[in-house]
Amino acid sequence: MALPGLAYLFINNYMPLPGIVIAFKTYNAKKGIFGSPWCGLKNFEFLFKSPDAFNITRNTILYNFAFIIINTTAAIAVAIIISEMTSGGWIRNVYQSLILLPHLLSTVIVSYLVNGFLNETNGFVNMTILPIFGAEPIKWYMTPKYWPYILVIVSLWKSVGYNCIVYLSTIIGFDRAYYEAALIDGAGKWKQITKITLPLLRPTIIMMTMLAIGRIFYSDFGLFYQVPMNSPPLLTITNTIDTYIYRGLVQLGQVTLSAAAGVYQSFVGFCLVMGSNLLVRKIDRDSALF
Amino acid sequence: MRNKDERRFNVLGHIIMAFLSFNAIMPVILLIMSSITDNDTLIRDGYGFIPAKFSLKAYEYIFEFDTVPRAYVISIVLTLVGVFCSLTITTMLGYALARQGLPFRGIITFLVFFTMLFNGGLVPTYVNYTNVFHLKDTFFALLIPGLMTNGFYILLMKSYFVTGVPNEIMEAAYIDGATEMKTFLKVALPLAKPIVATIALFSGLAYWNDWNNGYVYISKRVELYSIQNLLQRMIQNIQFLTQNAGNIVNAEQGLASIPSVSVRMAIAIVGLLPILIAYPFVQRQLVKGITLGGVKG
Repeated sequence: MALPGLAYLFINNYMPLPGIVIAFKTYNAKKGIFGSPWCGLKNFEFLFKSPDAFNITRNTILYNFAFIIINTTAAIAVAIIISEMTSGGWIRNVYQSLILLPHLLSTVIVSYLVNGFLNETNGFVNMTILPIFGAEPIKWYMTPKYWPYILVIVSLWKSVGYNCIVYLSTIIGFDRAYYEAALIDGAGKWKQITKITLPLLRPTIIMMTMLAIGRIFYSDFGLFYQVPMNSPPLLTITNTIDTYIYRGLVQLGQVTLSAAAGVYQSFVGFCLVMGSNLLVRKIDRDSALF
Repeated sequence: MRNKDERRFNVLGHIIMAFLSFNAIMPVILLIMSSITDNDTLIRDGYGFIPAKFSLKAYEYIFEFDTVPRAYVISIVLTLVGVFCSLTITTMLGYALARQGLPFRGIITFLVFFTMLFNGGLVPTYVNYTNVFHLKDTFFALLIPGLMTNGFYILLMKSYFVTGVPNEIMEAAYIDGATEMKTFLKVALPLAKPIVATIALFSGLAYWNDWNNGYVYISKRVELYSIQNLLQRMIQNIQFLTQNAGNIVNAEQGLASIPSVSVRMAIAIVGLLPILIAYPFVQRQLVKGITLGGVKG
């Protein structure tokens, strides 16, 4: 009974593993991975000597840091607001349903939505909002400086409804007696939130953050590739390790460089997952991944 | 004082949440409104929230050619087959891992778990599927790579079978002479309905929304494109042509042959529609599922 599943994992996850050696070879499609000649660390040397290596590492890490801080804060705030509101029973469910919706849309659809706003000639921003302020239309897809903000906003828009669910279900599990006691002592809402809810949430926050840090070497490929429309002028600011690997393989045919970047990502990523998990284990054994 | 404080929090909370909820769906509304606006009006005024001139031409146009309906059929078949395969192999492996009698249970569980920690990356996976299995430009390229199951689904399933399906019930089934397969189908599976529904939902969304597989593995046989791939290819072509309009000789012509402004939005709506329709029904289940999967998701 276990066989079909194991066969799938073998094909999808284990069979490619020996192929990692491609990163240490001069790949020749005719000879295949194992027939191609070795070249030692040449591919890595080439990768790390190019400005790309620093650029994609910096982008991946900085965006992830921004996402962790901003998305976590927003998710906690929303969870607290929804759970502590004492009026409007059904409308709270409506709020929750609506903010979860963006999470279910494919990145391609998201890129259409963003394009609806930012398109140079038809976009809502250029045609309706900017003229109100008498501003000139902006070539959004050619101007890198706006994209860190755009990507952070899109990521927040897409993830806040999803992320708040974990915090919401944690808050709902809290013992209401704390709050009743605080009320009797005259603590207002703000006091209750800062002195009861947030301290009780601390373990969850730490754990979620540590797990996110473990994934800091990985990025949402669609967000960085599809939402900026793979626009060349934006590359310096939107290229992450994942988009670099895809571009190398699918567009540029730099198979070995892509493979080298992939090995770099897999190994550093693995160390980070192990490291962050070790830390979570120290803090709270039950919350650790393993 | 207490009531006033609480009222103030409620008012502020409603304002913030109403603002966020509006922002969450606003882009989708812009898309819908643009798709039912007359094309010439769109070119003049840009996308807007109020259709100055109502028109359903874009939708009529879509169904004149078979490109969109075909991509739609592919997406639907892919999602149905994908969810079926995914549930079959995930529930069976999860169930087997939950049973005491499975030989090498510890090692197998570790092998499943390890797939969550380390993977070969895109290039070796691509070479494996194209050179060894020759999946390139076949329907299987959309179905198989990466999406069918993963360590997380399997372990989620396993832990549900361990905690949610009492051993006594299973043993009772054995005593009554049920085979392993029969126990699984008639006893364990019905008890695991919530987790099966959750994984069906996750996997259905993953298949419907996926465009990576088509993007990487389908290059020549574009008739295999799912609706997501069709959308992706379309917007990519438009972007390429507008950016290089000066350098390419027939750029104007190329742009004219691509579905016009409103049609683009209409196709996006068509791709979005199943999710919008299913949303009220799946939303509750999804929240339950995320909570069930817990933080480790």
